[in-house]
Amino acid sequence: MWAGINELMERIHASSSEEVVSEYFERIESSKLNAFITLSKESALLRAREIDSKAHDGSLAGIPVAIKDNISTKGTLTTCGSRILTGYVPPYDAHVIEKLKGAGAVIIGKTNMDEFAMGTSTETSFFGAARNPWDLERVPGGSSGGSAAAVAGGEVPIALGSDTGGSVRCPASFCGVVGLKPTYGVVSRYGLVSYANSLEQIGPFATNVRDVAALFDVIAGYDARDSTSVQREMNYSSELRNEVSGLRIGIPEEYFGEGTDENVEKAVRNGIHTLEDLGADLAEVKMPHTKYALSAYYIIAMSEASSNLARFDGMRYGLRTDDSDWHTTFSQVRAAGFGDEVKRRILLGTYALSAGYHDKYYLKALRVRTLIKQDFERAFRDVDVLITPTMPYPAFRLGEKIDDPLSLYLADVDTVPINLAGVPSISVPCGFSQGLPIGMQIIGRHFDEAAILRAAYTFEENTDFHTRRPGGI
Amino acid sequence: MYENPDGVMIGLEVHVQLNKLKTKIFCGCATDYHKDPPNSHVCPVCLGLPGSLPVINKKAVEAAIKVGLALNCRIEEYTQFYRKNYYYPDLPKGFQISQYDFPIASKGQIIIEGEDGELIVRITRAHLEEDPGRLVHEGTIDRSKYTLIDYNRSGMALLEIVSDPDLRSPKEARRYLDKLRNILEYLDVFDGDLEGALRVDANISIMGGQRAEIKNISSHKGAERALLFEIVRQKNVVRRGGVVVQETRHFDEAREITLSMRTKEEAHDYRYFPEPDLMPLKVSGWAPEIKETLPELPDARRMRFIKQYGITDDQAKSLTGELVWADYYEQVLKIYENEYGEKLDPKFAAAWINDYLKGEMNYRGSTLTYAVGKVSHHLIWHEYTVAILGLLKHEKITDDNAVIIFRNLLDSPRGGSDWRPVKKAADSAENYVMRILEEKGLLKVEGDIVETAAFEAINENPQAVADYKAGKEKALNSLVGAVMKKTKGGADARKVREILLVKLG
Repeated sequence: MWAGINELMERIHASSSEEVVSEYFERIESSKLNAFITLSKESALLRAREIDSKAHDGSLAGIPVAIKDNISTKGTLTTCGSRILTGYVPPYDAHVIEKLKGAGAVIIGKTNMDEFAMGTSTETSFFGAARNPWDLERVPGGSSGGSAAAVAGGEVPIALGSDTGGSVRCPASFCGVVGLKPTYGVVSRYGLVSYANSLEQIGPFATNVRDVAALFDVIAGYDARDSTSVQREMNYSSELRNEVSGLRIGIPEEYFGEGTDENVEKAVRNGIHTLEDLGADLAEVKMPHTKYALSAYYIIAMSEASSNLARFDGMRYGLRTDDSDWHTTFSQVRAAGFGDEVKRRILLGTYALSAGYHDKYYLKALRVRTLIKQDFERAFRDVDVLITPTMPYPAFRLGEKIDDPLSLYLADVDTVPINLAGVPSISVPCGFSQGLPIGMQIIGRHFDEAAILRAAYTFEENTDFHTRRPGGI
Repeated sequence: MYENPDGVMIGLEVHVQLNKLKTKIFCGCATDYHKDPPNSHVCPVCLGLPGSLPVINKKAVEAAIKVGLALNCRIEEYTQFYRKNYYYPDLPKGFQISQYDFPIASKGQIIIEGEDGELIVRITRAHLEEDPGRLVHEGTIDRSKYTLIDYNRSGMALLEIVSDPDLRSPKEARRYLDKLRNILEYLDVFDGDLEGALRVDANISIMGGQRAEIKNISSHKGAERALLFEIVRQKNVVRRGGVVVQETRHFDEAREITLSMRTKEEAHDYRYFPEPDLMPLKVSGWAPEIKETLPELPDARRMRFIKQYGITDDQAKSLTGELVWADYYEQVLKIYENEYGEKLDPKFAAAWINDYLKGEMNYRGSTLTYAVGKVSHHLIWHEYTVAILGLLKHEKITDDNAVIIFRNLLDSPRGGSDWRPVKKAADSAENYVMRILEEKGLLKVEGDIVETAAFEAINENPQAVADYKAGKEKALNSLVGAVMKKTKGGADARKVREILLVKLG
C-alpha cells in the first residue's frame, strides 16, 4: 500500500487507475486515522475511469492524491476544519488543483487539519483529531496532519498540505514521511484559504523524496492570479542525484538548544554525519536572532489571520445562525462557527494591530523578521544548506498539550524561522525514538529547492528510515 | 478680500469611481454593470471568497497617476496597499484594500474661483482603493424588513482625493467639486453621470473648533446643502454656549440635514497593515510617460479659447467647464471649415453654442451628452449645428428659424428622433434642414412673397396705416408683425420693415 508513483504507474498500466484508486478507498474506509474530512469516491472513480479510457499521459495520470481541506476544490466541500464553513462548496479550483487535474491526478478527498491551519496537532479540527499511524494515541502533527497521516498510513501515495509555520514539515516529521515547504512564491496560493498570507506555501507530501519532487514539479510555477507568485521554470525531478560531495552543510547550534529531545538531537546529528561521510563538508553557523523568531512569527501570523478571517460573517456562505440585525448575526455566526484556538488567534492578532499596540507588537515583529532573514542570508554566504531537527521531539500524545497553547506554540520553534525568511525547507525521516519517527530538516537558499531535494535524496538513498512502515493499523 | 466671518474651514474627501476602466481594480470583472442584474458582475475575488487573491489592475494605477499629475501632485517612488479592517455586510472580505502610508500621489493643488478671486486648494493626497458592494432596501432603510446586497460595485476602482481644509464656504466647496469633476472628465478616467460615480465626505469646523465629518454626500449640490446646514448647526451650538465635538455625521439627503453617527470615542480603529497579497509597487518610473499623455486641461484650454477665438472669458469658462461642450464647440468650427471651405466666425459660433444652445439645454435640465445620445447620434448633432449655422451665415434662414429648429431637435425625444432617422446619405444636413423648414412652412421668405404679404397687410389694416401716417411710429410694428405672421416667421423682420416703409411712402 505504500507504493511510490513509479510502481503505481506500472500497476495502472497493467490493470487500471480505477482498480488502484478503489484499493486505496478500501483501505481508507477501514481506517482509524480520521485523516479525511471529505471523501470524493464517486468523482474519483469517475475520473479514474475517464483516465483509463484515454492514453495515460500526464506525469500523475491515474495517481490518487489527497488535498488538505483549506485548498479550494470546485464542487467539493472545503471546510478548513471549521464549523464556520459548513456547506461551503467553492465555485472554483485552486491553482494547484488545476495543475493536478492537468497532470491526470485523481483527487480522492480532502484531508483533516487543524481549524484554519492553526495548530500543531490536528486536534483543533471541528471534525475531530486525526491520529498518528505509528501510535493511534498520538497526534500526527499539524496542521496538515490528515495529509501526513494518510500518506504514512498508506491511504494515499501523495498529498498536499500547506505550511505557514511548519504545518507540512511538522506532520511529516511526526508521521515519518517526506514533506516540503517551498520557497515563498514558488507555488501559487490562489485558492489556498489564507491563514497568514505572507508566510505560507502549499507543499507536497510523499513517502520518499522522488515522489515529493514529482508532485512539486506539477504544482510549482507562475500564476498571474497570485501577485506573490514568481516566474521560474524548473524541473526538480531531473535535479535529483545521489551526490553530496562538496556540499557545504551549516549546523546552527541555536536549533539544538534547550527543549530538544535527546534522541532527536542524536538522530539528526547522525544524519548530518551520514552526509559528511558521503562527502559533504560541515560548518557551524551562527543564527543569533533565532530565539526571537517564535514571538515574531506568532504576532505576524495572528495579525494577518485576524484580518483574513474577518470575511467569515455568515452573509454569503457557510454557517448561518438565526437571523437578527447585522451585528448580532455576524457575532453569533462567529461565536458558534470558530473554535477556541481560532478565536484566541483572532483576538491576539486584533490586539497586536490595534492603535497604541501596533508599533509595539506588529511593527516590532516585522523588524525581527528582517533580522531573521539577515541571519539566513549571512549563513548562506558560507554554506549551501542548513540542517536542524524539524521538531524538537517526536509525536506527543493526544490531549497532552491541547490545553496548554503556549507549549504547543513552542513546538514550532525550529520550523517558524524558515517561514519568516521565506526560504525552502524539507523534512526527511532520519531515525526513531521508541518507535516514533524523527524528522531532519534541510533548509536551502531562496529558490534553491534543487539543493535540499538533492541532499534529502542522497540521504534517503543511503539510509532506510523512509522504508519503514507503521505496523498495526 | 473675503473675511470668512465664521472662520469656516472645509476639507473634502472625494471618492471618485474610475468607471471608465474596463475592469475592476483587483479582478477581471467588467465594470459596465449599471444596466445588468444584481450580482452578475462578480467573481471569487470581488466576492472575497476564501482563497481568492487580489491582482492590481495596472490601468487603475495609471489612471490614478494621471489624476495625480493633473492635480500637480508628487508621485511617490513606491506605492503600497494596506488593509483597512472593519465589518460591514457590503464589504465581502471584512476589510477594504486601500492605501495608508505611501499613497500613490500627494501634495498637489487645484485652483478654483474663490469668494474673492483665485483660490489655491491644496491636495493632501490621492489614493486608490476598492469600492464595497451596495446595500439595497425595500423602501427606506428604517422600514425595510431585510437588506439585499449587490456586489456588482464591489471591487470597482476608487480614487480618494483628500484636500487640505482650505475651503472657506459651501460655495467654494461646490466650486472645488465642479472643478475636480471637470478635470477628471478631461482625463477620461471618469463618467460623472453614472450612479455612485462620485461620493463626498466633508470635514468642517468653525472658529477654530473641533471638526465634524459628514458622510454620505453624493452630489455637488448635496455637499453645498450639507455644509450650509452644518455651519448653522455648529453656530447654534456655540451660540448656546456649547462646544462642537469631533464626530462623524450622516447627511440625510432628503431632509437636507446632518445627523450624528458616532463621536470620536466611538471612532473605528481600522488596524491598517500592509496588504500581504500585493507587493509594493514601484511607480516613479511610470510618471514621465503618463505625463506625456496628459491632455490639455480645463484652465489651459480656457486661456487658449480666449486667445485663439477671441471669445469672452465667461464664454470660455462656460464652454471649457464641461469637456463635452468644449469639444462640441471646437468640432463644430472644424466641421464647418471642412464643409464650407471657409472659417466660421468663432464669436458667432460661441454666441449660438454657448449663449443660446447651452442655455436652452440647461433650461430643459438636459445635458449635451444626453441630448446627443452618447455616441451614435453625436455627429448628426454636430452636422445639424453646422448646417444651421451655415444657413444662418449665408442668410438663408433667420435667427427665428434657427431657434425653432434647435428647439424642435431638443424637444423631440432623445434629441430629435423625428429628425434623425430619416437623414439619408444622399441628403446633406443642410438640405434636410431646409426641407423640414419647407414642410413646416418655415422657409425664409424673400422677394415677391414678402412684397405681396406687405401689400396685403397694408390693405387689411387700414387703422394701423392711418395711425402710422398720423405719426404713431409704433403702429409700424403691428404691420411688421402681420407680415411675419403671413410668412410664418420666414421673412427677415428688418427687410420687412424696409419694404413697408417704402410702400407707405
